[in-house]
Amino acid sequence: MSSRWWKINLAVFLLLVGGSLSSAAEPIKIGTFLSVTGPASFLGDPELKTLQMVIGNLNAKGGLLGRKIELIHYDTGGNAKEAVDFVKRLIKSDNVDIIVGGTTSGDTLAVIPDIEKEGIPLISLAGAVDIVEPVKKWVFKVAHSDRMAVAKIYDDLRKRGLTKVALITGDGGFDKSGREQLRKLAPEYGMVIVADEAYGNKDTDMTAQLTKIRATDAQAIINFGFGQAPAMVTKNIKQLGIKLPVYQSHGVASKTFIDLAGDAAEGVRLPAAALVVAEQLPDADLQKPVLLAYKKHYEAQYGPVSTFGGHAYDGVIMAIEAIKRADSVNKATVRDEIEKTKGFIGTAGVFNMTPEDHMGLTLDAFKIVEIRNGGWKIVE
Amino acid sequence: MRLVGFYLFAAVAVLLPILFPDNYFVTVVGASAGLHVILAVGLNLLMGYAGQISLGHAAFFGMGAYTSAILTTRFAWPGLLAMAAGLLVAGVMAWLFARPILRLRGHYLAMATLGFGIIVHVIMVQAMHWTGGPDGLAGIPPLNLLGWTVEGDQQWYGVIIAAMLLTIWLSLNIVDSRMGRALRAVRGSEFAAQMMGIDTARAKTQVFVVSALFAAFAGSLFAHQQAFISPDSFNLMISVELVTMVVLGGMASTFGAACGAIALTLLHQGLVVFEDYEMLIHGGLLMVVMIFLPQGLFVGLSQGVRRVMNNSSIVLRYREIVSTKLSSSSR
Repeated sequence: MSSRWWKINLAVFLLLVGGSLSSAAEPIKIGTFLSVTGPASFLGDPELKTLQMVIGNLNAKGGLLGRKIELIHYDTGGNAKEAVDFVKRLIKSDNVDIIVGGTTSGDTLAVIPDIEKEGIPLISLAGAVDIVEPVKKWVFKVAHSDRMAVAKIYDDLRKRGLTKVALITGDGGFDKSGREQLRKLAPEYGMVIVADEAYGNKDTDMTAQLTKIRATDAQAIINFGFGQAPAMVTKNIKQLGIKLPVYQSHGVASKTFIDLAGDAAEGVRLPAAALVVAEQLPDADLQKPVLLAYKKHYEAQYGPVSTFGGHAYDGVIMAIEAIKRADSVNKATVRDEIEKTKGFIGTAGVFNMTPEDHMGLTLDAFKIVEIRNGGWKIVE
Repeated sequence: MRLVGFYLFAAVAVLLPILFPDNYFVTVVGASAGLHVILAVGLNLLMGYAGQISLGHAAFFGMGAYTSAILTTRFAWPGLLAMAAGLLVAGVMAWLFARPILRLRGHYLAMATLGFGIIVHVIMVQAMHWTGGPDGLAGIPPLNLLGWTVEGDQQWYGVIIAAMLLTIWLSLNIVDSRMGRALRAVRGSEFAAQMMGIDTARAKTQVFVVSALFAAFAGSLFAHQQAFISPDSFNLMISVELVTMVVLGGMASTFGAACGAIALTLLHQGLVVFEDYEMLIHGGLLMVVMIFLPQGLFVGLSQGVRRVMNNSSIVLRYREIVSTKLSSSSR
């Protein structure tokens, strides 16, 4: 009887020792929550693929700090409530060390209270300025904000001497917050908004709104949105024979837009990340090697790159670099290191984080490009 | 005796966090399930007992949530007062819509409620100035209950479970009241119910309002618990999901609805590990349940258990012994 007790005790002891030994080589856990399905799936899908690609490559090279990296991901379907639940699950049940993600602004904004309460670094891939303004201790973002896109468009208009603009936007989150920025920044750039039309993102004809715009004395049309609708707007403009310059947002900086809009896309200008025009950049450009490398890797595995996958690339590399510098996964140290990111060359631009700026990009991160002969051309 | 099931249910709900303290699947998923139970139990009064379908129930859920959220964030109202306002808004809206809408039957009623749900959703998206638009409304303050601020998942679990038990208890009592009997009569045959002297229009209006109040109550709690709300928590898909919960658990059974709500919540959390196959398995399971247990999970299973109990040899033997003893003693 007593000898059996000993055996059991010994077994328990060995298990405990074994457990504590194996925990030393436990993987570093990076959590993510993306809209891989649902209306924002064309953003979330390349993001997830990029994360899997980067982490797979790094693990093949031996991992990070001598440990493997494990990616834990949940699909929110673009639903903010799901995002909140999954982030709680990442923090409490999966015990992740850092979170890279949040495809849409809504998803990210929804999880901020929990992130701040639990104290875990979050690098968001979404656009809205509200994510980092005012600055939140644990929240960073790597995607261009809508305000930058608007500033860039207005800047280009000013250079061309155009001041009267007509807005046409959809009813999605991206469209709405873009419209807000367009209205807010207009006085600063001396722009006068002479028309402000809206459509539903599932509409298939916007000629009614565009006819109204034609009746005004607008000198340019700005359409802020993503998906099918902007292509439809661009086509309708051509069909109605409106000859005004057309500006789109960075939301359409993908080959799909050119394919959908066809000839009508010729001459359309938009602010875009350098990724779409990587080959045209001068060789001296700091970003060029990074962009080409990401593009080559991604396209070898999955097909054409998108700037959104690029945001995931920036986010995860920034997280990995910070963990490397911190030489641990201590959440507070890693957070401090992310805040100290300086001169980090990503696909979106060159990042310089400060305690006051948790995005760290400047207007240079955007290039104004024009669609010519079914391709992109830098016009600056 | 009538409330045995209720006490059992309450005991399990209370014991869970004690057995598994600070466990994600108890506190967070449990709280979600609790809110779904409130919604499903409310909808079941309308669907299961009164036989009226609503494909726009998320609208009332949203009204409660947005009223609470807007009043507390923009006008600094205390949480409980805002919650009362949310109940009032949803109740009055339901009352106004009930009369014209509940004249319709079957598909037409489904269409009307569907339209209502979509209109409310569009308002949430478009009235940016009030609702924050598609990106949602953030910074909703925590709920303050007479000086006690509800914070953390564990405390929220407690509050939501208490609210859930309250609604289940209310529902059980409504079902056993004159109103409940009137509703069942309406479902059986509206014409016959009228002949029996039941004011059917009034009965239907009442149950529509009660069901909206349950939803708005859940909405207010949801807004404070999440501290952030956006229109996609109140869209058509959510309404459909609520109907699924009621049907899955078993219509015309309060515990059936509760069971369906819990089952769907857990199913969703359990299936995320299958990633791409999640929706496939989800749909498949629902089909299997509906084919083999058309009365719903809870109702079907409990009937099955009862049938087995009635027919199994042990039970029969026991009955025999009891009856012979009884007859011998009476002799």
